Amino acid sequence: VENVRLLDRLSSRKAAVGTLYLTATHVIFVENGSETRKETWVLHSQISSVEKQATTATGCLLLIRCKNFQVIQLVIPQERDCHDVYISLIRLARPVKYEELYCFSFNPKLDKEEREQGWKLVDLNEEYNRMGIPNNCWQISDVNRDYGVCDSYPTEVYVPKSATAHIIVGSSKFRSRRRFPALSYYCKDNNASICRSSQPLSGFSARCLEDEQMLQAIRKANPGSDFLYVVDTRPKLNAMANRATGKGYENEDNYSNIKFQFIGIENIHVMRNSLQKMLEVCELKSPSMSDFLWGLENSGWLKHIKAIMDAGIFIAKAVAEEGVSVLVHCSDGWDRTAQVCSVASLLLDPYYRTMKGFMVLIEKDWVSFGHKFNHRYGNLDGDPKEISPVIDQFIECVWQLMEQFPCAFEFNERFLIHIQHHIYSCQFGNFLCNSQKERRELKIQERTYSLWAHMWKNRADYLNPLYRSDHSQTQGTLHPQMAPCNFLYKFWSGMYNRFEKGLHPRQSVTDYLMAVKEETQQLEEELEVLGERLANLQKSQLNDNKVKSKQQDRSKQFGLSTSNNSLANTPQEYSNDLKSFPSRSPSQEDEDSALILTQDNLKSSDPDLSANSDQESGVEDLSCRSPSGGGCLPSEDSGKDSDEAVFLA
Amino acid sequence: MMRSSQPLTGTNGRRCKEDEKLINATLRPGKRGYIIDTRSLNVAQQARAKGGGFEQEVHYPQWRRIHKCIERFNILQESLIKLVEACNDQSHNMDRWLSKLEASNWLTHIKEILTAACLAAQCIDREGASVLVHGTEGTDSTLQVTSLAQIILDPRCRTIRGFESLVVREWLQAGHPFQQRCAQSAYSNSKQKWEAPVFLLFLDCVWQILRQFPCSFEFNEHFLIMLFEHAYASQFGTFLGNNENERFKLKLPQKTMSLWSWVNRSEELSKFQNPLFEANSLVIWPSVAPQSLQLWEGVFLRWNRPSKFLDEAHEEMINIINYN
Repeated sequence: VENVRLLDRLSSRKAAVGTLYLTATHVIFVENGSETRKETWVLHSQISSVEKQATTATGCLLLIRCKNFQVIQLVIPQERDCHDVYISLIRLARPVKYEELYCFSFNPKLDKEEREQGWKLVDLNEEYNRMGIPNNCWQISDVNRDYGVCDSYPTEVYVPKSATAHIIVGSSKFRSRRRFPALSYYCKDNNASICRSSQPLSGFSARCLEDEQMLQAIRKANPGSDFLYVVDTRPKLNAMANRATGKGYENEDNYSNIKFQFIGIENIHVMRNSLQKMLEVCELKSPSMSDFLWGLENSGWLKHIKAIMDAGIFIAKAVAEEGVSVLVHCSDGWDRTAQVCSVASLLLDPYYRTMKGFMVLIEKDWVSFGHKFNHRYGNLDGDPKEISPVIDQFIECVWQLMEQFPCAFEFNERFLIHIQHHIYSCQFGNFLCNSQKERRELKIQERTYSLWAHMWKNRADYLNPLYRSDHSQTQGTLHPQMAPCNFLYKFWSGMYNRFEKGLHPRQSVTDYLMAVKEETQQLEEELEVLGERLANLQKSQLNDNKVKSKQQDRSKQFGLSTSNNSLANTPQEYSNDLKSFPSRSPSQEDEDSALILTQDNLKSSDPDLSANSDQESGVEDLSCRSPSGGGCLPSEDSGKDSDEAVFLA
Repeated sequence: MMRSSQPLTGTNGRRCKEDEKLINATLRPGKRGYIIDTRSLNVAQQARAKGGGFEQEVHYPQWRRIHKCIERFNILQESLIKLVEACNDQSHNMDRWLSKLEASNWLTHIKEILTAACLAAQCIDREGASVLVHGTEGTDSTLQVTSLAQIILDPRCRTIRGFESLVVREWLQAGHPFQQRCAQSAYSNSKQKWEAPVFLLFLDCVWQILRQFPCSFEFNEHFLIMLFEHAYASQFGTFLGNNENERFKLKLPQKTMSLWSWVNRSEELSKFQNPLFEANSLVIWPSVAPQSLQLWEGVFLRWNRPSKFLDEAHEEMINIINYN
C-alpha cells in the first residue's frame, strides 16, 4: 500500500511517508526518502493487537501493538485499503499451524551440522552433573521416558534415590496434571534442594501414601535437616478455594515433618491485567509525574515483581542459610513455580549469572519443565485468557537484580531484552509449543535453529563490562533486601519504552566501558606482538648496542624513538574510535530481520551526540520558528536519536 | 541570560524607563527576548497588590513573557519531609511505597524545574534570543533555572572547576539565602518559615542530567552529595550566611576556610572525579518524561541499603579505565 504515513507516537506532525508491505512473515514499512530508505520491520509473531480507528480527513488510523512493547501508528489514505490491511494483519498475527511461524522459514545459512551443534550448546544432563548429581541421594529417573507418567514433564527427571518408580507414579496421580515433585536445584555444599511440583489433589481430606512418601524421600535426601519447607506460591484464599474442586495444598498433619508456607503471588489473569494497565500508562502522551506514578501504582506491576522476588529470596535463604530443602508449587506448577525456582537458583548459584548459565537456567526451569510457551505468549492463535507475561516478569526480576548488583552478572540488559524479544518472535525454535513432548513430535530441532547458538555467537554484545568472575559480588549467594526503601524497584523503561530512545540515558555506560575494554585487549595483543619483535631485535642487536636496547626496553610501544623504522611505523590496528561509541555489531545486524528497524534503534545509545544539538525542538507556543526550520516536536521513537523537548505544557 | 527579581509594577502599573533600557540592551538586533517568570500567572498578578508584579507588554514590547510555575518555600519543605518519611518506612508494602513517593511530589518539582531550565536553554540555543528569568525575589527558583540552563548549554559548567564557579556565581554571589533555606533539613520539628530544599532540588536536577549523560560530567554523584551536605552543615565557611554582604560583615574569609580549598586538593578531588568523563562541546538536552526521572538513591536511600555493591561497580569502572 502506498502513501502510508508512519506516525510519531507523540507528535502527529512528524510523520514519515512510505510504502507498506505485507509478507508471509513480516509487516514492512519503507520510507520514501531518497537517501535513507529507512525500513521498519515487524514480525507477525510480535503483533499483539491491531486496532483500526475512525477515518479522518487524512486517512484511516491503524494501531499495531507488539508483544515487545513497540507501538506502531499508521495512517492509510483509503479506508478500503486500511480495512484490507487490518483483516490481513489479524489473520497473519494469529497463525493456526506451527508451520506458519517464522522459525520454519528462517534461514541463517548454517549447515545441518552447525544446526545440530547449536541445539547441543545447552545440555541439561551436563548441568545436573555440574550440580553433583547423580550422587548417593539423587538419581536420574526414566520413569517418564515415553511421557507416560506426565506429558508436560521432560523424559529425564531427577528424583531422590529412595523414590521408586511406584512412589513416583503414585505421587503423580495425586498431583494436578500429574506433575509430581522433581528436582530443580541441588546445593552440594549442604545437600539442600529445591524441588517443584503442582498442587496436590487433596481436596478437603484426601490423602495419598505415595505422595507422602515422595515428600519424605525429598526430606531424607537432605540429612542435614529434619524438616522440609513446602511453599505454595498462591495467595492463601486461592489455594483454599481450590479445595472445593478436589485440589488444594498439603496438610501439615498428613505429611511428616513439613513446614507449610503460603507466599501470595497472584495468578496469570491478574498479571495480564497488571501489564495492560502499565502499558496504558506508557502510552499516555505527556503524563505528569503524578499521572505516571499513580498509574504505575495502580497497575500493581512492581508489587507483583516484588512478590516474585521475595518468594525467591525466601527459598534462597532456606537453602543457603538454613540448609533446609524446599518443595515449591502453585496450581499447575508451570508458572509461578517456574518464576520462583529460577529466581531462587539465580540468587544461590553464581553459575546462573553467567551467560551460559542463564541459558541453562531457562532451559531447565522453563523449557524442560513444560512452561506453556505457546499458550502464554500466543505462538498460535488461542485462548486469550491463557496469555500472561509470566517469563517477562522473571526477566524483569533479573534486571532489577542487575541494577542493585552491577558486578554480579556476566551479561547486560541488552541480553535480557533480546531474549524477551525472541520468546515472542518465533524466529528460533526454543520457545515453541507447550512441552518437550510437543516439541519433539514437531521435530523442532531438525527443522529450526536454536536461539542460544545465535546469541552465543554474538556474545560480545551481551557482556557486562563490570563482571569479573573473581569479584566478590559474583561469588556465592546474593542477598537482596526486601523492603522497597531498601531495594529500589525501578520502572524498566529500557523494556517497556524500549523503542522510545529519547527516554533513555543518552550515553551508555555499558557500551563505553565495553569499548574501553576492547581497546585494552587490542593494546595487549599489540603489546605481545611488539614484545616478541623486541625480543628478536634484542637478540640480533645484543652485542653491539647494549645502551640502545635499554632504551628500547623502557620506551613505549608506540612512537619509539629508535631508528628502527619497522617498529615506529607499526600501524595501529585498533580502532581509533575510543572517543566515540561502538558502531553496530554483527549481532545487531542479524537482529534486523527479526527486530525492528534502523541502526539507531539497536544501540542502546546513539554515538553521534551532535545530533542532539541539531535536533528540531518544539518550543510550541513560541510563534517564532527555530533556526533549524522545524517547529514541531522531535520524534521520540526510533530513527532519530531524540529527546523530549516538550518543555511547555 | 539575565536574572533579577520581580519588577515593582504594583497596582498602578508603574513603569521604569531605566529598567526597560537595561534589559532591552541585551536584545540581539532583530530578535525579541523572553521573560521566564517562575510564578504562575495568577500568583504574578496577585503580587501586584503587594507592590510587585510583572513586566507589562505595553512597556516591554520586544519581550515575550512565559510563566513556568515552580513551587517554593514550605511546599518544597513539606515535599522533602514526606519523601524522607517514605524512605524510612520499613514496611514491605510496595503500594504504600509508591503512593507515598507520589504524594511527596518531589519528582514533580524536579520535572518542573528541569522543564523550565530546558525552556530557558532552548530560547538561547534554538531561538538565539535573550532571556530574563525571575520569580519574586530572584533568590530561589530563578537560580535553579539559570544554573541548570547553563549546565545544559555550556560544557564548561560540567567540569569540576566550572561547576564550582557556577555554584559560586549563581548561588553564593547571587544571594541564595543558605542560612534560611538550609536550616534544619527533613527531621526538624520546628517548621522554620523560610526553610526550603531549593539547593538540594538543584543538585538533584544536576544528578538527573548526569544520569542521562554519564560521560558528560567531569564530576560524579559523590561530588553533588558532598555539596548537599556542606550546604546544611559544614566545617567550612563557604555556605554560611545569606549573601555576600553578610559574609563580608561576618569576616568569613578571614575567620573560616573555604570549602573549595579543601575540595580542590588532588587527593580529595580524585574521589569526586567521574572516570567516564569525555569532554565534549555539546549542548545536552535531558528528557523530562516521568520515565526518565528517578529517585536519587544516593541521597534518599543512602542509609537504608549498603552502597557496597554500587561502590564496587564504581571501583571496577575506574579499574577498567585506568588499566587502559
